[in-house]
Amino acid sequence: MTPRGGEPLRLRGRVLAIDGEAAIVRGERGDARVRARPGWRPGDLVDGEARVHAFGGGDYPAPATEVARLSRARLGLLQARAVALAALRRFFAERDFVEVETPLLVPSPGLELHLDAVAAGGGYLITSPEYQMKRLLAAGLQRIYQVCKCFRAGEHGPHHASEFTMVEWYRGFAELDAIVRDTEELVAAVVRAVAVAPDAAPIALVAGRSIDVSPPWPRMTVRDAMRTWAGVEVLGDEPAQALVAAVRAAGIAVADGTAWDDAFFAAFLARVDPALAALDRPMILEDWPAPLAALARKKPGDPQTALRFEAYVGGIELANAFGELTDPVEQRARFEHDQATRRARGRPVYPIDDKLIAALAEGLPPSAGIALGFDRLVMLATGAAAIDDVLTFAAGEL
Amino acid sequence: MYDTSDIRKGLKVLMDGNPYTVVEFQFVKPGKGAAFTRTKFKNLLTGAVVERNIRSGEKLEPANVETRDMQFLYKEAGDLVFMDQTNYEQVTISADLIGAAHDLMKDNLPCTVVFFNERPVDVTLPTFVFLEVTASEPGVRGDTSGNVQKPATVETGASVNVPLFIRVGDTIKIDTRTHEYVERVNK
Repeated sequence: MTPRGGEPLRLRGRVLAIDGEAAIVRGERGDARVRARPGWRPGDLVDGEARVHAFGGGDYPAPATEVARLSRARLGLLQARAVALAALRRFFAERDFVEVETPLLVPSPGLELHLDAVAAGGGYLITSPEYQMKRLLAAGLQRIYQVCKCFRAGEHGPHHASEFTMVEWYRGFAELDAIVRDTEELVAAVVRAVAVAPDAAPIALVAGRSIDVSPPWPRMTVRDAMRTWAGVEVLGDEPAQALVAAVRAAGIAVADGTAWDDAFFAAFLARVDPALAALDRPMILEDWPAPLAALARKKPGDPQTALRFEAYVGGIELANAFGELTDPVEQRARFEHDQATRRARGRPVYPIDDKLIAALAEGLPPSAGIALGFDRLVMLATGAAAIDDVLTFAAGEL
Repeated sequence: MYDTSDIRKGLKVLMDGNPYTVVEFQFVKPGKGAAFTRTKFKNLLTGAVVERNIRSGEKLEPANVETRDMQFLYKEAGDLVFMDQTNYEQVTISADLIGAAHDLMKDNLPCTVVFFNERPVDVTLPTFVFLEVTASEPGVRGDTSGNVQKPATVETGASVNVPLFIRVGDTIKIDTRTHEYVERVNK
């Protein structure tokens, strides 16, 4: 579609690529090819009058070379990714975090029920660097962060890639609230760094919509979210059958014999996810029901609630945080339970990481930690529509 | 059997005894929940679209569905005879299966025929056909406002509403999905 007469239009969006005098700007109306202004760089947030030559994806410049097979728009996004990574390292350096590099090839990957590891070299590639980073906490490091590749078998979609980049950080002797603040400030800092105006409000772009990521972010408990948006009251210790009945009463179809977690996510995905996606601010979803505690410890005085939060921006699940479980006995019991569930559901069963249990026994300080999807952060800083657009080469391009 | 990693657009599967084709799919996975593929299927017999979440590990049954390019040869009573040009095999298909567009079919028209368990279940015509007008009353003079149309008969015998300026001998473009006149084609 070519706008009538090429008259100047108000255009708001992010510069994906500069090609000589032309720029591709991704905004509310899709991708537009416009005349570049002096000083524009890929990743800049621009807002103003522009002479739009054309809208739509058909107007990208030709691929850079036959060998690389990456469009210039993609190269622009990769430059923005590098800007984001540099800003992230600066953020942690300013806060006295030590950058660590734990092995990617391990004998024992995570035991989470719904994550399958990729086998390699007689062991597995990590699904998250969690176990080894916790051993570093036990060994005495107090503020650590890592940017590394993680691997999860069979995951590929607009927000998923089997090989992806994780940012994971921990604070010893800290509560979960410190991690909430880190997350809000980190996301705002990265979005600002990628945008043109460092002093303007940090605006993320998701599906063409602007989301103000200035701290502090709104917060809501998972039970409130489920009650408000799904009309489902979640206790945590009710039998699966009772939750299935509550989910059905809210008008959401679930089969007989559905497990507790599957019934929960059926309602969550049908009602809470779309509601989160419609917000124009991020959301910290906290206080997860105990069956979804994973590696989080229980809230003091409330055994039905786990110290866990997830951060959502524009409906994209950006990060997951725990007040870390430090009790070696409970940790082993949960691992054994995870192994039994995996076995019962016919999933591969991985060995328990005894060295992690031993480290907990020697003493892990009260700690809080978080895993944040770096590729998703780059997506919302640049307005990219799919994770493949911000990867150097996507799985389908190899 | 197919599993979720096989799901792609155009995959033909059997559900509740009916053949379906995948028209849309997306991988979904909540952080700590089970992964599934949100999939839209079109029923190849009725055209109805249904959405289903296919869990990782769930199996889908392949449907014995085949799509063949065939040429329309001629009409015989209420039936239409098609030929596969690669092996000259002929198939007789009821006009009911084609619906309203069957009277827009001219000899040698290339079509796509879908077979389910070796039986033809769907015929797709080209979106547009070009047919000559064989009969039409002249337009009433003076009545030239916007959308006034008149009936015309085309060479296949079908009746189509056309603008007043269309005359016998004109070739017109017709949309086979809507049975509607699109434009006059200059020869």
